[in-house]
Amino acid sequence: MGLGTSAVRRRIAVAGDAGGADAADTTDTEAAVAEAFRQEWGRVLATLIGLTGDWDLAEECAQEAFVRAARTWPRDGVPRRPGAWLTTVARNRAIDRYRAASREAARLAVAAPLLPTGGDGGGFGGGFGGGDASGADFADDRLRLIFTCCHPALSMQARVALTLRTLAGLTTAEIARAFLTTEATMAKRLVRAKGKIRDARIPYRVPPPHLLPERTAGVLAVIYLLFNEGYAAGPGADLVRTGLCSEAIRLARALNGLMPGEPEILGLLALLCFQDARRDTRVDAAGELVRLEDQDRSRWDRQAIDEGTPALSEALRHGTPGPYRLQAAIAACHAFAADAADTDWVRIAKLYDLLLRITPSPIVALNRAVAVAMADGPGAGLALVAEITASGELADYYLLHATRADLLERLGRRAEAAESFRTALRLAEKSAADAERRFLARRLAETEGTAG
Amino acid sequence: MRYMLIHYIDEALLNAWEDGEVVSNPEDDREIEAWDEEMERRGILVGGGRLAVPRSTTTLRVRDGDVLITDGPFAETKEQIAGYCVLECADLDEAVDVASRHPTARFGTFELRPYTGVDQ
Repeated sequence: MGLGTSAVRRRIAVAGDAGGADAADTTDTEAAVAEAFRQEWGRVLATLIGLTGDWDLAEECAQEAFVRAARTWPRDGVPRRPGAWLTTVARNRAIDRYRAASREAARLAVAAPLLPTGGDGGGFGGGFGGGDASGADFADDRLRLIFTCCHPALSMQARVALTLRTLAGLTTAEIARAFLTTEATMAKRLVRAKGKIRDARIPYRVPPPHLLPERTAGVLAVIYLLFNEGYAAGPGADLVRTGLCSEAIRLARALNGLMPGEPEILGLLALLCFQDARRDTRVDAAGELVRLEDQDRSRWDRQAIDEGTPALSEALRHGTPGPYRLQAAIAACHAFAADAADTDWVRIAKLYDLLLRITPSPIVALNRAVAVAMADGPGAGLALVAEITASGELADYYLLHATRADLLERLGRRAEAAESFRTALRLAEKSAADAERRFLARRLAETEGTAG
Repeated sequence: MRYMLIHYIDEALLNAWEDGEVVSNPEDDREIEAWDEEMERRGILVGGGRLAVPRSTTTLRVRDGDVLITDGPFAETKEQIAGYCVLECADLDEAVDVASRHPTARFGTFELRPYTGVDQ
């Protein structure tokens, strides 16, 4: 069903090479096409889906527009408004397709909204011949696309896959690699997701106001999941996997541009920026885990922190903070601390109090226990960990035992600490990454070494 | 767009109703009536019905020319189909909105299944 985007990228490269332009120009034009793909793919596709109501047709026409760009831009130059040019070309392709199939009157009726009106600038030819499609203006339909891809009637896996495919422009193969599955499985998932949208008639729209807060939260959850998937992969992992972090940030940024001033969107953007700033310092050159307190803060990405900072301050101006704003505020405490000792743990503990109140979960409670331990001493933290243990929740979660072990060790109760580290290590066999297991083994050895 | 709204309710509760051990909440009954009226008036509710208890079900299949009949519902699950409505809605969001205002949604589970091949 149409070209994969990788095929488009390949054809973009081939068309670029075949052009008569000299090497430098070719490279520039290729870069322009690649940049246009990154910037405009989602917008062109979203607009085409809005115009045709047919996801597959829209995808094919958008791909053809990029192939055409790769062929003609080296010859004619990059249009002044690449997005409008690409959308016009893609729309014209869709019109051609409908005309070819328009012997049935019904098809013509469907195509009617596509046909250019008097005020539509250059009409059919508007984008061709190297000229700009400056007369053609298209609505930015990306918001409709985001909300449709993240509709709650779709499975979470389907939402994630659709979002990456349509908005981020990743190929099916790339999405499959990012989620450690086969291309065939991912292709089937995408086909089924699009089938569900069509068959159950999931509306292509921005939800009405009464649904908007809940649906926006759903979109943010997808973006957050994408980021965490990339973050969990760790430095040195497959680039497509780690690239999910950048895709998530790009999506959060785009969403923030489309719905400016939404506090939880700003909060999520800030949170992702602060987390991402620390991404490369979490593991040392040998691939070993580096604790937050031991990370080289000079290597934290200042640019990312500088993007997150104004987003967070704007987010915090609005009412009662939601979960993303609170998490961003916590991440900011780390981002702004000159060193580990300078960290404002009292504030972090207070923020976790608030977070626990609005999103009660044992994981948040565990994080709060860590913050309280840092603010008020390991004994206070241990009491909170004991409460979680008594509730029976997280009994199989290795980080609960690792946290307990760490606090016991700091209290000098080394034999108990070693016991808890052993439990944590045993549970980590199933769930944790190699680097985390090695870290726990090191901590156990240290504790045992001083226990005797 | 046509959807079937399938009502799933705990079989134990359906049996208890049938056996008179539990009576349905009159407030719920009134609400269901009002819902039916409103949705018919709006042209959304175009069909449907309440079904007898699952234990009254007969399961049937033909294998090698033989008609095999067994007692009881096909799927042995806790929640069984108790009834259905046929809805005519603009899109899934409208169907969800309509279904969410039916009292059964508060204690049972709804499945919204689009029809295929009957698109207007």
